[in-house]
Amino acid sequence: MDLNIAGIRLDVTEDGYLTDLSQWNKEIAIEIAKENGIELTDKHWEVLYWIQDQVKNDVALSVRGIKKSGVLDIKEFYELFPGGPLKISTKIAGVPKPKSCI
Amino acid sequence: MSTKVKKMLFILSKATIENAYAAFVMANGARMEGIESEIFFTFFGLEAIQKKKLEHLHVATVGNPGMHIPTMLGGLPGMEALATTMMKKEMEKLDMPPVGEFLEILSDSGCKLWACKLAVDMFHLKKEDLIDELDGILTIGDFYSRADQEGCQLLFI
Repeated sequence: MDLNIAGIRLDVTEDGYLTDLSQWNKEIAIEIAKENGIELTDKHWEVLYWIQDQVKNDVALSVRGIKKSGVLDIKEFYELFPGGPLKISTKIAGVPKPKSCI
Repeated sequence: MSTKVKKMLFILSKATIENAYAAFVMANGARMEGIESEIFFTFFGLEAIQKKKLEHLHVATVGNPGMHIPTMLGGLPGMEALATTMMKKEMEKLDMPPVGEFLEILSDSGCKLWACKLAVDMFHLKKEDLIDELDGILTIGDFYSRADQEGCQLLFI
């Protein structure tokens, strides 16, 4: 599947996750966030970059990992990305949808 | 595609590790999907929210055919402890948090945690015996009233 965001054609999965992180940029993140009703703040960016680092380092993302991250706590995570924080934050960050159940 | 489930209400009535984690994983999974979730701890399920007991839950080795341990052997001293240690190791490998940490995660995630009033009275427990994250002590009627919208599901574990 492909998707047009911020004037760029992107390769995405069926549920809208970027398949290639190198296609990601800030404008794309802002657009995906908007679609999910989120306006990105500095804190959002900090979390998004942290998520990208985790993925680049092959660390599986989980809510437990958020608790240990030192970047934000779980309550903040739910406040920043309401309605399914890990699902939505990873979509905005341009990384694959996490497969963890926890 | 979006789910029609809006709220999951769990009743945990047993204190074995496998039952407690079933409730925790499903309640956390609901929150992660943007679904509301709450857990009502009743009867032996209360062990999972008692400060002194929650880190000492066991796997059931007797009457649990899925363990593939003959019932006679499962009842031998130390079997439950051994099976529990083995299971905890496997869970740690999957990055599953211990009970206390899992309850913190659930509470921080907005999952409401309730104790059953009847069971609390029956086991002579006080509020201080229960975890700090507890949202309150409810009657079953109070808990039913939490199913206050379309798309609520109640699950007994």
